[in-house]
Amino acid sequence: MADEQRRGGGGGGGRGGRSGGARGANAEKGPGQQRGRSLFRRRKVCKFCSEKIDYIDYKDVRMLMPFVPDRGKILPRRISGVCAPHQRALQTAIKRARQLALVPYVAD
Amino acid sequence: MSTTRQYELVYIVSPDASEQEVTDLHAQVEAQIARIGGELVKTENWGRRKMAYEIGPHKEGVYVLELINGNGELMKELERRLRVSEKILRYLVVRVDEELRAAERTRSKRKVRTGPPAGEGGMGMDNDDRDEAEV
Repeated sequence: MADEQRRGGGGGGGRGGRSGGARGANAEKGPGQQRGRSLFRRRKVCKFCSEKIDYIDYKDVRMLMPFVPDRGKILPRRISGVCAPHQRALQTAIKRARQLALVPYVAD
Repeated sequence: MSTTRQYELVYIVSPDASEQEVTDLHAQVEAQIARIGGELVKTENWGRRKMAYEIGPHKEGVYVLELINGNGELMKELERRLRVSEKILRYLVVRVDEELRAAERTRSKRKVRTGPPAGEGGMGMDNDDRDEAEV
């Protein structure tokens, strides 16, 4: 909370979104440094940490696909909750898989 | 110059190649390994599978995986041959020994402590505003 106030001073009203229409407010204000966040967030845990997967294999398409949404991009870890070391490994795995046409570069 | 390393080689053979041509290509790889010196640890034929995007006119391809112990010279020669071969749509060589070793290390480390692996960073960016979830 204290942290929030500290940051709120500089960034303008971006943080005001607590009351509800966070997205909308932010859109009107234009590009603020801090984005309004949606209301409900669950504590996310890294899939690879919790399932104790040590090696992210680029050949295992079934493991990679949850991190490649329809569009074909790599899911950011802010969404997926993957920890930084595993996101790095995941990133190279997806890129390798792309070269072999196991995973798309772009879709639709 | 002759450090032995482990490599994974995956190549995609054109879908209009016959079974025979696929085995021929595999035999060629094997022959090179024997000639230059190295060891074929395992080989896997994934068969015909649909590709995520088209490569040229092809929508599917025959995937073959080879796990090879050898040196850089061997891989260089293999790559050169694969590039020349017309039936090969694409290939990828990845050096895996270090990655596998690192994975092995974390696995054994975990066994010792029976705890979660280190490296779950406390430096997460936006964890502090978690309380928003309650509102």
